[in-house]
Amino acid sequence: MSSEESLKKLYQIAEDIYEDLVRGEIPKMKLAARNRSNIVFDSRYGVWKYGDSKITRSAKKLDGAYMLLRTLYVMEFIKEMIRDKKSSTLREMYYISEGWGLAKFHTQDESNKLAEDLEVITGYLREDFKLRPEEDGASVIGNITVEEINRKGKPMRINCRDDVGDSGYLIPYNVEKDKLKFVDVDADFVIGIETGGMFDRLVENGFDEKARAILVHIKGQPARSTRRLLKRMNEELGLPVVIFTDGDPWSFRIFASVAYGAIKTAHISEYLTTPTAEFVGITTSDILNYDLPTDKLNDRDIAALQSELKDPRFQTPFWTEEIKLMLKIKKKAEQQSLAKYGLDYVTDTYLPEKLTELGVMS
Amino acid sequence: MGVAHRIARKQREISVAEFFEKNKQILGFDSLTKALVVSVKEAVDNSLDACEEAEILPDIYVEIQNISKDEYRIIVEDNGPGIIRRNIPLVFGKLLYGSRFHAIRQSRGQQGIGISAVVLYGQLTTGKPARIISKIKEEEVAYELLLTIDTKKNEPRVIKEIPKIWDREQGTRIEINIRARYVRGKQSVYEYLQQTAIVNPHAQITFVEPDGKKTIFKRATDKLPPPPREIKPHPHGIELGELLNMARNTKTYRLTSFLTTEFSRVSPKIAEEICKKAYLYGEMRPQELSIDEAKRLLEAFQKVKLMAPPTDCLSPIGDNLIKKGLKNVLGSLRPSFYAQPITRAPKVYNGNPFVVEVGLVYGGELPKDQPVKILRFANRVPLLYQQGACVTTKAISNVDWRRYGLEQRGGQGIPVGPAIILIHVASTRIPFTSEAKEAIADVPEIREEIELALKSLGRQLRLYNVKKERKSKMTEKFFLVNKLLPEIARKSAEIVEKPIPPLEPVISKIMNVVWIDEKVEKEENKIKVNVRVANFTPKHHKFVLYGDYPLGNLVDTDGIAEEDYVKWDVDIKPISYKHFYFVLEDADKYGETNYYVEDISPNIVIGAEPLPGDWNIKLSEIEEIVEEEEMDEDIEEEFEVIDDE
Repeated sequence: MSSEESLKKLYQIAEDIYEDLVRGEIPKMKLAARNRSNIVFDSRYGVWKYGDSKITRSAKKLDGAYMLLRTLYVMEFIKEMIRDKKSSTLREMYYISEGWGLAKFHTQDESNKLAEDLEVITGYLREDFKLRPEEDGASVIGNITVEEINRKGKPMRINCRDDVGDSGYLIPYNVEKDKLKFVDVDADFVIGIETGGMFDRLVENGFDEKARAILVHIKGQPARSTRRLLKRMNEELGLPVVIFTDGDPWSFRIFASVAYGAIKTAHISEYLTTPTAEFVGITTSDILNYDLPTDKLNDRDIAALQSELKDPRFQTPFWTEEIKLMLKIKKKAEQQSLAKYGLDYVTDTYLPEKLTELGVMS
Repeated sequence: MGVAHRIARKQREISVAEFFEKNKQILGFDSLTKALVVSVKEAVDNSLDACEEAEILPDIYVEIQNISKDEYRIIVEDNGPGIIRRNIPLVFGKLLYGSRFHAIRQSRGQQGIGISAVVLYGQLTTGKPARIISKIKEEEVAYELLLTIDTKKNEPRVIKEIPKIWDREQGTRIEINIRARYVRGKQSVYEYLQQTAIVNPHAQITFVEPDGKKTIFKRATDKLPPPPREIKPHPHGIELGELLNMARNTKTYRLTSFLTTEFSRVSPKIAEEICKKAYLYGEMRPQELSIDEAKRLLEAFQKVKLMAPPTDCLSPIGDNLIKKGLKNVLGSLRPSFYAQPITRAPKVYNGNPFVVEVGLVYGGELPKDQPVKILRFANRVPLLYQQGACVTTKAISNVDWRRYGLEQRGGQGIPVGPAIILIHVASTRIPFTSEAKEAIADVPEIREEIELALKSLGRQLRLYNVKKERKSKMTEKFFLVNKLLPEIARKSAEIVEKPIPPLEPVISKIMNVVWIDEKVEKEENKIKVNVRVANFTPKHHKFVLYGDYPLGNLVDTDGIAEEDYVKWDVDIKPISYKHFYFVLEDADKYGETNYYVEDISPNIVIGAEPLPGDWNIKLSEIEEIVEEEEMDEDIEEEFEVIDDE
């Protein structure tokens, strides 16, 4: 994807606005509605994407008019960055808008949302527009060797087990092939871990070597680059991906965004989603079967579960059952509650049992 | 002597004082705070009635002094016609004495127990006599009397009488010491006087509180209300006791002539019919009517068809004066909206004519999170107690205020919001729930009238809110077309490297209104009002614009000067402005000019009302339009609070 092409797409937006004005029409932009009721399953990629329902941002309303004006300013800003071969973080763009007069963003949410809007309209990624998120520090430990192009433009080889410290290899915001290549790998599967505490436990217990696994700390809801990296390891290296999270409604959503696609980024689900990813746990059944220490569900948890029952992505027998069961027992459990049976229990007993069940370990 | 006679003698000897003590509640003296309000009320009502009867603009002075812990002195002084010397002891020293014993007309007095009860209460609780000073125009001197009531005989007893020089031309001053307690706020003397001032905008009331704080409720109009006319009772509204009383005191000799002369709407033919149906001889002397015969007569009254009583005997306050009264007294709360008060046409219940009036103020500094305040009045007298039992409260609760923009749980009960509702019921006979006369009974005819009146206030309130919202939306759109849109045009032209396109067609699509506003310039003692009409529609418009200015004399205009308004024939092209002006003289402060339009759909006009007269038709049209506008609202994305990433 060249910068020139993405710029052309953006330019088209400005042209449409201008044409509307010349014809005496109220300028407007149409884009896919980004909500739960507008995601459909795309069987070509095996992921969830936006459906046909559109919303209109029209200059007839104050919000729409602001949005159009900001889009024009952002467009000019991107044009300058491409010309000067620079890039900026989303936060930087938010601060730069201070000088845009009426088009100034009032919160970073507004600017983040606009960046996503531009992706949805043009079909390009925000990286194509030289806009990037802040690094979020997700990391990898395991026997995989990658080649990253560093700031000086030189390739750098890193083995993610031997060349890194305890915190592992930090995933950069751009994990596309022009930036990051896989050189060599000696592992059977990739395991994404929600919490830092559990990641550290698996590292300390040497689970990567014992189970021939690549450990990825996905840090809660994984950033785009983390999801993209999981997908590349799955597709290019043929490694199965499994996800290991807490046992609560929010963790179910983490898995859904890895395996099915996230609602906010459904326009690029095919880049980010690993449809074959499997959920290890903690499942509701694990809470019962392993008799784990629990917390009570709060009102927000219950609302989240009920919302998931209506979410098209969770309409599988497995998830419906798990969600209903959790609503019934009204309890949730953390990954680290497995420590009830000792520090080694998770690596010696729980994960081998569960992974064997999934056919990932033998 | 028979038993009955012995009992009868005893009965006569039951003292007035004892009766009073036993019936304190009924008379309204059941608590110390209430005793004070009731006492002031009696005195002030008397003063107002006296002034009105003499057609004098009332100027009433009320002062409360704290004498000792529970003892207060009430001073009420008026500029009324005064009371002739001979009558002073009777008015103040004899219970149930009054000039209007049988008079059927709208008066304050009918609801009081009389000022003499206050004199008695003071005497019983403090042991002190009342002091009365009164002077009539025709005499040189005023008379000052100290008097008490002989509780055994129900007779006044004058303790001292001093003729004195008084600097007033005429008037009456009373000073009564009573056991009481002074409070501020709800159900206080202050509240009573404030509400009295609202419904008596022709009166000026000065109030001095025990701590010396002085409040003047200024007169809002110099127009006296037309004096209520007396009417003869209507047969459908009469009770047994009254009938017997009338029959005993009549000067007529035959029952039929008694019926035709003492009652309204009874013709000789109907009188014959009544006698026939009551099995009574038309030639009989009415003075000899027995209780039994009177009962038959009452039944017969109900069996004949009668015209409703005349209703022109009532004197409503009138919509404009209610508005003035509300503005005058509540102005400091700065309500943002005064609904045009409603005075309903007179109606009749049980042979008694009545009229309902309602008013409403809204917004401003009124509290938003409390039940609306209800001001209740019967014949221009505030009702402060027993709100829950009153037909006014029931009527308010029965109206679904949610549709008019007030909160109300379940669409019934007293609504919550920044509003004050005023309800005035005027009648020759107010149907009170009890002798204390604190609440109006739930008479279906009256309730229905109140509800109808409230609903039309409600519609005004809704329209006001709709317009306010529309105006603020339009202000947003002004910003949009004047600031954002030109920026969008400039920036997009810059990016595509083409000239900036003309924006008029887009502006007309976004706005689609005719906007009218004014700018005021001061030139020495003149005020120039510049009127701007902006046509933001794609159509050419021709219409008439009226400017109804509030104060001053019109000295110059480019429009047509009429008696007290200006008129312009406006002919305006799409997306263009027209400027008009008018100049006022002798207007030291400029109020708001009301603009009206004619021959143009009021739905597309902002800043002017449709010319009154076809008000109601337009009302519904506007509401429809607004609902439509809500419909084309974009379906905004619903962002789940709880979502990925």
